[in-house]
Amino acid sequence: MEDNSEPNKKSFWLDNKKNVDKIWYALILICALTVLADLFYHKHVEYSIEDIIPGMYGWYGFIGAVFLVLAAKILRKILMRSENYYNENQND
Amino acid sequence: MIELPPGLILIVGAFLLPFFHGNVRNIYMLLLPIFGIWGLLTVSNGVYFPFEIFGYNLSPVRIDRLSLLFGYIFHIAAIISLIYAFHLKDTVQQMAGLIYAGAAIGGAFAGDLITLFIYWEITAIASVFLIWSSRTEASFKAGMRYLIIQVGSGVLLLAGAIIHFHKTGSIAFDKMNLSGLGPILIFVAFGIKAAFPLLHNWLVDAYPEATVTGTVFLSAFTTKLAIYALARGFPGTEMLIWIGATMTAFPIFYAVIENNLRRVLTYSLNNQLGFMVVGIGIGTELSINGTAAHAFSHILYKAVLFMSMGAVLYRTGTIKGSELGGLYKTMPYTTGFCIVGAASASAFPLFSGFISKSLIVTAAAVEGHWFVWGVLLFASASVFYHSGIKIPYFAFFQHDSGKRPQEAPKNMLAAMGIAAFLCIAIGVYPYWLYDILPYNVDYKPYTTTHVVTQLQLLFFSALAFGWLMRTGLYPPELKSTNLDFDWSYRVFIPKILNIVANSIKIINASLESVIHKILAFVNANLSKHHGRSGILARTSSLGGSVTMIISVLAVLIIIFYFET
Repeated sequence: MEDNSEPNKKSFWLDNKKNVDKIWYALILICALTVLADLFYHKHVEYSIEDIIPGMYGWYGFIGAVFLVLAAKILRKILMRSENYYNENQND
Repeated sequence: MIELPPGLILIVGAFLLPFFHGNVRNIYMLLLPIFGIWGLLTVSNGVYFPFEIFGYNLSPVRIDRLSLLFGYIFHIAAIISLIYAFHLKDTVQQMAGLIYAGAAIGGAFAGDLITLFIYWEITAIASVFLIWSSRTEASFKAGMRYLIIQVGSGVLLLAGAIIHFHKTGSIAFDKMNLSGLGPILIFVAFGIKAAFPLLHNWLVDAYPEATVTGTVFLSAFTTKLAIYALARGFPGTEMLIWIGATMTAFPIFYAVIENNLRRVLTYSLNNQLGFMVVGIGIGTELSINGTAAHAFSHILYKAVLFMSMGAVLYRTGTIKGSELGGLYKTMPYTTGFCIVGAASASAFPLFSGFISKSLIVTAAAVEGHWFVWGVLLFASASVFYHSGIKIPYFAFFQHDSGKRPQEAPKNMLAAMGIAAFLCIAIGVYPYWLYDILPYNVDYKPYTTTHVVTQLQLLFFSALAFGWLMRTGLYPPELKSTNLDFDWSYRVFIPKILNIVANSIKIINASLESVIHKILAFVNANLSKHHGRSGILARTSSLGGSVTMIISVLAVLIIIFYFET
């Protein structure tokens, strides 16, 4: 099923690093647009904090996601074992 | 009217399976749930087939809007899972899948706790064969642990039901208050199957070990039957809000560092169940609607995700993020369906998760649970992170692994296509789902506020992912086992038991030696007096003895003579 020997002739759009960069810049642009959009409509919210900072949800998502990953990275130091951890344990 | 209890047609039909072969068998299998759902379309609310046995009034079928909704989606999940498994030639798995789906459907319509218990245990026993069918040592052991926990949950349910009956005189499965031993046992039984925090390990332990097709079945039924049971039995129980919020936030850290992509999906499944549990805990019409709607859309998108990862496993033989990458080049359709599933799971506007999860999040905000609301938002951002980005990214994109597998088989693509279509259909036209929810829906998902804020949340967490990736802060996929709570009973408790056993051995040995010493001492003293040369054991001649007795008698006679 897997064939490493045959060179893959067909080249893909994503193979070019420049195109990956394009996606990255597009993402930054979209993020900026969603924050800008906050200035142009009346927000229906439950809590006032949702309305005070433009793009509140964005910042919340960004900080949340970074926290998630960095916390998980620390957790890894405590929790990570070798792939055969449970088998090794059962044998002794 | 209704001719047969729902679900029974699948269970009974499964036993006729060995009489059919090849494509006829496939069509036969598919017809069972199609007839099943056809039957549901014409039924009216009420209790069917009631009877009395040993003084218990059983009502095997109770039809109302809540049970119907779960009935529909369980049938749809069965149809999709069966199509996905068309290429299988494994009668055991096919029968197990049908019986399992049938029992879950039956359970959703159970009107009393005894009937629920019976279906509850059938789901446990049938489903374990989907895990064992991997036929590896790891799957056998994981299946055993799964079976013990699942059957244990059933035993708790039965015990709770009997206690509840003796207290209230009713075995009906209705709303209960979480007071008294009976309801508490039932609550724990549901909690085990719903994978509450610390009761969740069977889920992440067993599901990734099941077969390619088995995991698709598993992802739909057991946990959602438990969600249904909680929604039926304990709506508005405040403790559930906190349990649910913990469930949304607790497993996601594991999802980030886990390498086995099917296990990532299982952690993500656990997190989604948390949203539903929060909805049950809030207990308003809006939130119960949210739970029901989210269960419905969740089953569909989780099926798409598990199917796409199953296809990757089927074609490449591995599901480890560290060994995959670049598969989009030769599996474009699977990639596309996976992205639809990922977008639905992340609750992108126009996809199913958006219109179902928002009911729960809004209900939390409206009821003033601001802290829980914040947790749910955080969990929503991170769902996008591990389910939405991580799964498609590590399997199909990232660096090219050099693997060039074939596209998934046609039946798999068809199953993924149907489920992905439904994900989009519900997302684009939510009223199709809203109309069958337990309560009337007075909620508009597509408001400007809601769409813009949701897009902010999602795109910025994508931004975080990109930033961490580009700066190299993102932890790489590593071959590893990450310790979870099951470590306690797989390693810690056995170790403790070992230590206890060893200490007992040592104590035993020292006690034995002390007792030996005491015995030896007693023995030595005994032999001193009673032994061969002991004074009390000495032998003398017969004549000597007679002389001694006569002289004693003589002395006595002399004494008596003088006394009288």
